[in-house]
Amino acid sequence: MLHDRDRIFTNLYGLKDPGLVGARARGDWDGTKALLAKGREAIIEEVKASGLRGRGGAGFSTGLKWSFMPKEIGERPHYLVINADEGEPGTCKDREIMRHDPHKLVEGALLSGFAIGAHVSYIYIRGEFYRETEALQRAIDEAYAAKLIGPDNVHGWDFDLYVHRGMGAYICGEETALIESLEGKKGQPRLKPPFPANCGLYGCPSTVNNVESIAVVPEILRRGGAWFAGIGRPNNSGTKIFAISGHVEKPCVVEDAMSIPLRELIERHAGGVRGGWDNLLAVIPGGSSVPVIPKSVCNSALMDFDSLREAKSSLGTAAVIVMDQSTDIVRAITRLARFYAHESCGQCTPCREGSGWMYRVLSRLETGQGRIDEIDMLEEVTRQVEGHTICALGDAAAWPIQGLIRHFRPELERRVAARGVSQVAV
Amino acid sequence: MTPTGQDFAQPDDFEFTAENKARAQAILARYPEGRQQSAVMPLLDLAQRQHDGWLPRAAMDYVADMLGMPPIRVYEVASFYTMYNRRPIGKHHVQVCTNIACLLRGSDDVLHACKDKLDVEVGETTEDGQFTLSEVECLGACSNAPMMQIGDDYYEDLDAESAGRVLDALTRGETPTPGPQNGRRTCEPMGGPTTLVEEES
Repeated sequence: MLHDRDRIFTNLYGLKDPGLVGARARGDWDGTKALLAKGREAIIEEVKASGLRGRGGAGFSTGLKWSFMPKEIGERPHYLVINADEGEPGTCKDREIMRHDPHKLVEGALLSGFAIGAHVSYIYIRGEFYRETEALQRAIDEAYAAKLIGPDNVHGWDFDLYVHRGMGAYICGEETALIESLEGKKGQPRLKPPFPANCGLYGCPSTVNNVESIAVVPEILRRGGAWFAGIGRPNNSGTKIFAISGHVEKPCVVEDAMSIPLRELIERHAGGVRGGWDNLLAVIPGGSSVPVIPKSVCNSALMDFDSLREAKSSLGTAAVIVMDQSTDIVRAITRLARFYAHESCGQCTPCREGSGWMYRVLSRLETGQGRIDEIDMLEEVTRQVEGHTICALGDAAAWPIQGLIRHFRPELERRVAARGVSQVAV
Repeated sequence: MTPTGQDFAQPDDFEFTAENKARAQAILARYPEGRQQSAVMPLLDLAQRQHDGWLPRAAMDYVADMLGMPPIRVYEVASFYTMYNRRPIGKHHVQVCTNIACLLRGSDDVLHACKDKLDVEVGETTEDGQFTLSEVECLGACSNAPMMQIGDDYYEDLDAESAGRVLDALTRGETPTPGPQNGRRTCEPMGGPTTLVEEES
């Protein structure tokens, strides 16, 4: 188990002062100049050595991503774009960083910006997080006033940090849609390549990182990559903020070690499954986009990238949605299908048409109005959508349904049978 | 001009107040020269806040003019993002999350309580123009589910009764305290944190 001394977010619950004085007392902004003095390459190497994988869902190596940026700053400026468009259902971790420990993000932005050669950074925060925007802006204003960032700051790397509010579009959590939105357009994803590291914001070299990925950077640099890499299993290292919701006794957000067993996470921090572990039906372990896993798989699953991939699911944003035996699992997944149909940006036909089609068919199956053979047809359509769209929203719409059919097909069949509809196609 | 099918009047003109003009300049300064289109979203939000929570066509045209954008590009943005209201809206916009985390913890009850209390269906505004009720997608406070957003504030850890209490307080003209409505501080486990409790060295 992770000791408090190894926790990074020591004000996760906002019980202490989130301001600069409190943040400094907790060790933020300590020796930042010396960290910068190590140089860009050394910082990138240290973050690579830490094994930090992006905390926004995809799990790509943060250090490696940084190394894709041009080594020299040419005519086009470099940009750091921080993704605070937290909207994946089940996920509520970045919110806690921004309202309770915002200086970790501000300091992380400076260090990360320096590492990729960016003098300007934008934090794209979801519009609904109005109070969180205020909290974050307060921290940024404090940092400017104390000359920790801004022009001619004490750290010797000019650095401007701006907050840009989204206005209610889940798709803007996708990095190229986010860039489009930041440029003042509809948030529709771009084709890749070119990748943002070559051609991102305003056509300039850009890196888009999740809030949590950036906010852990100062602590990694202070304690060394080896410290971070020593927590969790190899290739899955570090601490992680987990958001636990649904049918547990005490839903909460908590920082613990990567690779913690799913059951231990739920029982240690969330008071266990409502009615006990044996009352568990299933868990969505990484936010709504990842496939559901039934109790039999939950028994042994570890909360990390590799274990959950072996379980045919994913760590995603580490948002653990717990469902007990009372859950109408078909209704729950149908609700997610409705979400994806609503949030599809409409650019790619398989997603635009498929997400609505899948939602409508699932709605009928929910009430037993479908036909047995439509279950296979639905599965087939998820395969037509998956992998055939510009961004991963199509995949995200398909996977929860695939998980439902994989693990709860008998329940779908039972509903159709109960309604007494013939399985013979018309 | 009222286009066919619109059951409300569009104002003929819109202009930022002096205070909002200054705010608009501060917003524009965040973006590089020649990239002022980036300001379209914050400026539309500013306009909406000035205009009783909704964006008339004149405001979109005003912002388009200010940024040198073709009006259609501004309409495109305004219609793409759900937080822009392109028709009049109640003074209090009650947005109940019904996505999965809230669904699992009783958002049906919360939504039902709001409908009952306000005597409106989803998408409707009360006759006195005080409340508009909406069903929304995940608002990112899932460990404090079920929850709703009213204006800029989150009301969390709700049930039918506490949701009703929040609405009653607003009806009386009070500002109910945002955040968890069940005595919890923030997102720690109910009853106290399981972490960050070791003695500091």
